[in-house]
Amino acid sequence: MTPDAFFALAERLSAGLTGDEVLFCNLGGEVSDFVRLNRNRVRQAGNVRAAGLTLTLIAGARQAEAAFDLSGDPEADLALGRTLIGRLRERLAVLPDDPYLQYATEPSTGVTCQESQALPPAEEAVATLIEAAEGLDLVGIWAGGLIQTGLASSLGHRHWHERASFNLDWSVYLSGDKALKSSYSGFDWNPDVVHERLRTMRAGLEILRRPARRLDPGRYRAYLAPPAVEELMGMLAWGGFDLRDHRTQQTPLLKLVRGERAFDPRITLREDHARGLTPGFTPEGFILPPSVTLIDAGAFGDCLVDARSGREYGEPVNAASGSPESLSLEPGDLPESEVLARLDTGLWIGHLWYCNWSDPNEARVTGMTRFGTFWVEGGEIRCPVEVMRFDDSLYALLGTRLEALTRERELRLSPETYEGRSSASALLPGVLVSGIELTL
Amino acid sequence: MTRSEVRRWITTSRDESAPNMARLLDIAQGFVAHAPACDAWTLRLIAETSDHLEVRQGVVEPSLIGCSLGAMITVVEGAGSGYAAASDLSPSGLRAAAERALDWARVHARLGLFDARLQPPCTTVADYRTPVEEPWESRALADKLALLQAANQALEIDERIQDWSAWLTQRRVEQLLIGSVGARVTQVLDYVHPGLQVVANAGSQTQRRHGGGADGGLQGGLENLVRLGFLEDAARLAEEAIALLDAPECPSDVRDLILMPNQMALQIHESIGHPLELDRILGDERNYAGASFVTPEMFGRYRYGSEWLNVTHDPTLPGELISVAADDEGTPAAREVLIRAGILERPLGGALSQARAGLPGTATSRASGWDRPPIDRMGNLNLEPGQGSLADLVGQVERGILMDTNRSWSIDDSRNKFQFGCELGRLIEDGQLKGLVRNPGYRGLSAEFWRSLAGVGGPETLGVGGVLNCGKGEPNQAVYVGHAAPPCLFRRVAVFGGGE
Repeated sequence: MTPDAFFALAERLSAGLTGDEVLFCNLGGEVSDFVRLNRNRVRQAGNVRAAGLTLTLIAGARQAEAAFDLSGDPEADLALGRTLIGRLRERLAVLPDDPYLQYATEPSTGVTCQESQALPPAEEAVATLIEAAEGLDLVGIWAGGLIQTGLASSLGHRHWHERASFNLDWSVYLSGDKALKSSYSGFDWNPDVVHERLRTMRAGLEILRRPARRLDPGRYRAYLAPPAVEELMGMLAWGGFDLRDHRTQQTPLLKLVRGERAFDPRITLREDHARGLTPGFTPEGFILPPSVTLIDAGAFGDCLVDARSGREYGEPVNAASGSPESLSLEPGDLPESEVLARLDTGLWIGHLWYCNWSDPNEARVTGMTRFGTFWVEGGEIRCPVEVMRFDDSLYALLGTRLEALTRERELRLSPETYEGRSSASALLPGVLVSGIELTL
Repeated sequence: MTRSEVRRWITTSRDESAPNMARLLDIAQGFVAHAPACDAWTLRLIAETSDHLEVRQGVVEPSLIGCSLGAMITVVEGAGSGYAAASDLSPSGLRAAAERALDWARVHARLGLFDARLQPPCTTVADYRTPVEEPWESRALADKLALLQAANQALEIDERIQDWSAWLTQRRVEQLLIGSVGARVTQVLDYVHPGLQVVANAGSQTQRRHGGGADGGLQGGLENLVRLGFLEDAARLAEEAIALLDAPECPSDVRDLILMPNQMALQIHESIGHPLELDRILGDERNYAGASFVTPEMFGRYRYGSEWLNVTHDPTLPGELISVAADDEGTPAAREVLIRAGILERPLGGALSQARAGLPGTATSRASGWDRPPIDRMGNLNLEPGQGSLADLVGQVERGILMDTNRSWSIDDSRNKFQFGCELGRLIEDGQLKGLVRNPGYRGLSAEFWRSLAGVGGPETLGVGGVLNCGKGEPNQAVYVGHAAPPCLFRRVAVFGGGE
């Protein structure tokens, strides 16, 4: 869909409003190719064209929502939209006033269309990957195409955010669960990057061939590479910063807020809306600030406040939801090239997997090591290790046992596609800790 | 099936009880008239409607009416297969989608993992409708909101209750699958999911309880409110949340463990269901969801658990989440035994995976919606009842813990090393239930855990539920999965509590 077509549809829907009614229209759409690979061959390939419109009808202090799929036929979409507005109008007659209703009453506009200059046809990218991985047991997915988000209201809001991007996410298996993982994502495709990353993986596979070391449960010195740190940040995102979770004492950072625990002063975490990969506006028409400091030098900073929680608790809106989508963890001073030497003896953890709260009151997380986790001795990678379960508090890993953060950071674009292709991202350093508790 | 036969069937099978099915039939008719020129095709049309009502702390949250309609087209041309999904259901929109699917089929033919002709052609003719006693529409919106307000009042029992909410979610999925060689399957699945949540806090200790249907799900209409104990659960949940604040931590040692049916659902799901999925065994999922410790040669001989362990794929159990007539590729659904008296017999996987692996399987090739292709999933995966009551199980325990309601789940990518947490624990001493313990958890290895199964409750203790958020696949898909199980007794399990 084009911005003009979306704005025109919203205008025609708004033309049917009566009295003091207000209408917000939020669009989410994608045109995506998805190609799954297994054993370096195409397993399942296809294309998805989807666009959905969410209507919020407001009358006085009452509101109700409806969502539907757009067919692309302007008249049919208009007819269905009008039918749903009629149903919402009937519903509003029954609903009570909503004390937490909040929307931007001042109209604003903004259009961001950053089409890629060099996004290749998906089949060409996949062929490049298969050729570069000749002889390897590669498994993964290509997901690429256009992602669109739009907002229009009867008050005059007009926003559009559009990006063409790709996310090539793959792993290379040696045998059993011995594997390395890599990814290449962005907006401008360069096949040389794929070749280079696969050359690096081939070298890594040589180390993976060594007999794996089986570790006993206990505390181990460890380096967590940025993809592993991303998993821990994902846990913090799960209730760590949502204003409602804080005000109802549900946040896993309750002890941090109460001053009973702290992170290391080198931990500063921000929600960087200004990165620009996600829309800079909320569904209710609020414009987001460039950045929100969530953890400030080890202490709790600000919550993420969506429109509804903002009204309920009297705080200014600074996010589309209570879960961060553009995290940024401040770097440290450890050069990546010195990580192995500083680790000396311990675990080099490439990825963590399937994390969940073990005891949220203590910000205690459990999860598994996965993909490219190695035993290091004397500053040299010695061998892979068998997968291990950890169960440890973030107050330890990012606090009492934090030794260093790397100077370099990695921008990680989410490969998640549950509700369409995600535009979430995280800019993260690696983390060196004096110990991580392994339990099984 | 010829085009004229499809047209005749379409025009004679209109079902007024499924409000969108007539439209799906019309769309299908238009597609058949201009079906793609290829060796085989299927068209899967889905109309999904939903409604969500929630009251939190006595305030009605914004309600959401959902209305989705789209198509998934799959084609086979030569050795290749491809798919395309679209919400443009006009004849030209569907033709364009079919062309995109054919483009991918050509790529697959050149670079594919297998010959697409391995996929058996589907000729199934079947219909399924969820039996509904009290349709969602039979009660007015005001009545539903009044019910949710009543539940809110029952949850707010103490100033330590910090948050509380009650909700009702309705979902109807109307699906029509037709294929070039005769498949025609209509299925209408109705769901009403009620739920309750209550949060208690004292100082830096917070405890949550869920119930009233939030810990499972069933097909059906508003009668599910009674089946799932919606309103009567409220006071108990609130009292338990308060009691847990002052309860001692769950001990950390090795002892016997009784899991209630709602936690058994997660245990079965993670450490039997996922490891038995054929696509994981074939390696398709290794980049995301993972592989499996189960290998093809284990079927027919591997001791998965004790003699007490009998596991079935059963799409025939009335009311369970995935009771259907056929899977999303049109394979007729049938009850199959996967584990018999502890011995592994059969994996979970659809017709294509069965052909690739040379193994039997189940009719469980499923998709989360019209915009995703079917992959191997669980359907209804059940642990068959044994004998006796919950009290009989408790009576067999000298020193143990009973755990109820999942709150945390984690397992390795081979589905072996697991750790689960529950909302509520209760000590068992000398065959008697004793006091509550908070933050209970346990961990173990799938390959060993099921061999410690020492007791399974009888048919009267069977809990029918499941999970509503099983995630898997690239692109990602979240689907419902049904699980039925009685409470079960396991010997000598590593348990632990909260704290640093």
